[in-house]
Amino acid sequence: MARFRTWVGIALAGALSVSLAGCSSTGGKRAEDARKAASAEGRAAVNTPRWTFAMITHSGDGDTFWDIVQSGAEQAAVKDNINFLYSHDDEAQQQAQLVNAAIDKKVDGIIVTLAKPDAMKSALARAHKAGIPVITVNSGSEESKEFGALTHVGQDETIAGEAVGEELNERGREQAVCVLHEQGNVGHEQRCDGVEKTFDGKVQRLYVNGTSMPDVQSAIEAKLQTDKSVDAVVTLGAPYADTAVKAKQGAGSKAEIDTFDLNAKVAAGLADGTLGFAVDQQPYLQGYEAVDLLWLYRYNADVLGGGRPVLTGPQIITKDDAAALADYTKRGTR
Amino acid sequence: MNATQVKAADERILQTSPLRKLLGRPELGSVVGAIAVFVFFAFFADSFLHAASLSTVLYAASTIGIMAVPVALLMIGGEFDLSAGVMVTSSALVSSMFSYQMTANVWVGVGVSLLVTLAIGAFNGFMLTRTKLPSFIITLGTFLMLTGLNLGFTKLVDGTVSTKSIADMEGFPSARDVFASTITIGGVGFKVTILWWLALVAVASWILLRTRAGNWIFAVGGNKDAARAVGVPVTRTKIGLYMGVGLGAWISGQHLLFSYDVVQSGEGVGNELIYIIAAVIGGCLITGGYGSAVGSAVGAFIFGMTSKGIVFAEWNPDWFKFFLGAMLLLATLLNAWVRKRAEATK
Repeated sequence: MARFRTWVGIALAGALSVSLAGCSSTGGKRAEDARKAASAEGRAAVNTPRWTFAMITHSGDGDTFWDIVQSGAEQAAVKDNINFLYSHDDEAQQQAQLVNAAIDKKVDGIIVTLAKPDAMKSALARAHKAGIPVITVNSGSEESKEFGALTHVGQDETIAGEAVGEELNERGREQAVCVLHEQGNVGHEQRCDGVEKTFDGKVQRLYVNGTSMPDVQSAIEAKLQTDKSVDAVVTLGAPYADTAVKAKQGAGSKAEIDTFDLNAKVAAGLADGTLGFAVDQQPYLQGYEAVDLLWLYRYNADVLGGGRPVLTGPQIITKDDAAALADYTKRGTR
Repeated sequence: MNATQVKAADERILQTSPLRKLLGRPELGSVVGAIAVFVFFAFFADSFLHAASLSTVLYAASTIGIMAVPVALLMIGGEFDLSAGVMVTSSALVSSMFSYQMTANVWVGVGVSLLVTLAIGAFNGFMLTRTKLPSFIITLGTFLMLTGLNLGFTKLVDGTVSTKSIADMEGFPSARDVFASTITIGGVGFKVTILWWLALVAVASWILLRTRAGNWIFAVGGNKDAARAVGVPVTRTKIGLYMGVGLGAWISGQHLLFSYDVVQSGEGVGNELIYIIAAVIGGCLITGGYGSAVGSAVGAFIFGMTSKGIVFAEWNPDWFKFFLGAMLLLATLLNAWVRKRAEATK
C-alpha cells in the first residue's frame, strides 16, 4: 500500500509539473476570455411582480438543441423579472408528471412541448382548470390550440422538411439520405416525410445510434459505400453534420452534407464549404419568445399568433450567412 | 481413494489431439458464427466484400472491440461493469475540459484523463472488494453518478452541454495522429483504432495465457474462495481488472475526442451493454472463469459486420433493430451449440 501511495504521489506530481510547463499558446479558455467583450450583466428591465414560470420539455440528457432553448428562456426571464424553472424528461409519462408537479406548485405560467401529445392532454386540461396559462413550444402545433394553450411557438417539422426538399431541388440533387439519430421520434419522421414530399429525387432513410458517434460515422460511411449514387446526406441534428462529413471523406463520396439545426461547428462548416446548407428553427427564439409571451399575457393579456402557431423556422442558412452567425453559435445562443 | 487419485493423474497426462484442443477453445463457437455472418452478408450485400467496406466494418468493430477486451477480461474474472459506456464519454470530457480550461497543451489533458479513468476503475474495484456488494449494484451506482457528472460538470464548466472545440490548441495534431488518424493501405483508409484494438487483444491474450496474473484472473472468476485459499490475491486482481476497463475507456474516449474534437456530454449511455454482448458472443461466460480476449475481438467483429451489413444490404431500416437482435441471437446460439459439441467429444 505504501508503495502504491508513492506511485500515486509521483504520478500527481508529474501531472502537475507537466500541466504547468505544458501550456498551449493557441486556443483554450484564455483565448475565449480574450475574445469575450465585457457584456452587461442581465438585470430585470421591468418592475412587474416576480412571477414563476415553469418550462417542461421532452429533451433527453445533454441535448445541445435544448440547451439553446433554455438559454433563450433564461435570458428572457432575467429581463422580465421572472423566476424561471426548467425541467425535462424524454419519457412522455415522466414529462406529464413534471407538468403536474408545476401545477401543484401553483406556478404563474407553464411552457411545455408536445412531442408526445396524448400523454400531455390530461395534464394540460388540469392546468387550464387551475387557471394557469400555457404556451407550447417546438412540437405540437396541431394539438396546441385543442389542448387550450394560448399560443404555439415553434417550427412545423413537416414544413421544415419541405424547405429542405426544395433547397435540394435547387441544388440539383437527385439521391438523398435522411439520417435519423433516434428511431421512433415522430418529429424526425415528419422531417424526412417533408423532404420526401417536395424533393424530386429519391429519399432513403438511415437509422443510426445517436448515442455513439463512431457508430453514426461508420453507418453513414457504409451507406455511402453501398450506394455511390447518393449525392446529398441530410442529418437531423447539428452534432451529426460534422460526423457525416468525416464519413463522406472515409467513403470517398462526392455527396453534399446538409443539416437541420446550427452550432459552432456547423457555422464553420458552412463558411468553409464542407456543408451545403443548414435549416435553422432558431431554438433560442423558441425559449425567449415563450417566456416573453407569457409575461405579456400576465401583464397585458396579450396573445400572439391569432390562434395560429408562431413560426420560428425554417430559416435556410448558407455560406453567405455563416460568418455573421459564427460568434452567436460560439456563445451558445444560435 | 487410491483409484480416484490415479485416475485424476491419468487424465492430466492424457494426450489430446490438436483438433480436440482447437474444439475446446472458448472463441471457437464465435469464429464459426463470424464466418457464418460474413458469408451471409457477402451473399446478400453486393458491396460488402469491397476493401473500403471491410475497412468500415473493421472501424465499427474496433470502437466496440477496444472496450470489449478489458470487459471480457473482467467477465472472466467473474464481474462486469455497467459504467464502461459512460466512462468513455467521461474520459473524453476530462481531457477536453482540462486542456481547455487550463489553456494547457492537449497532451496534459490526455494524461490527466488517464489518471481519472484509472481512478474510476480503481474506485469500482475497491468498492466491490470492500463492500462485497454485487458488481451489478456497484457499477450501476458508478454508471448513474458518471452520467450525472458528465452532464452537470460539463454544464458547470463550459456553460453548455457539449465541450468547446480544442482543435486549435497545441498538441492537438500529434494527439490526433495517435488516437484518430487514418492509415492508407492500397488506396483504402484504415482507422488507427484497428491497431489499438489488435494491440489490446495481443496484450490481453498474453496476460491471460502466459502470465501468473492470467491464472489469477481465471482463478478468481472460477471460484473466488478457492482461489483465495491457494494464495491468489483476489482483491488486487479484481481492482486491476477494473482499472483495465478504465484504460480501455481512456483509449476509446481519446479517440472520440480527437476524431470529433467536440464531445457531447450525454453520449455513451447504452454502450456498456454492447461491450458485454460482444464479450458474451465471443465465448465469455456471464458466470466467470471462462473466455478469451480473441473471442471478444471476434464478438466485436460480428457486431460490426451485423450493424453495418444491414446498411450494405440496404434492408428496410424499420426492421434494423430486429435484424440486429436476430443476428446476435443466432450467432450466440451457434456459438453455444459448437461449444457443447466440443465439450461432448472431449
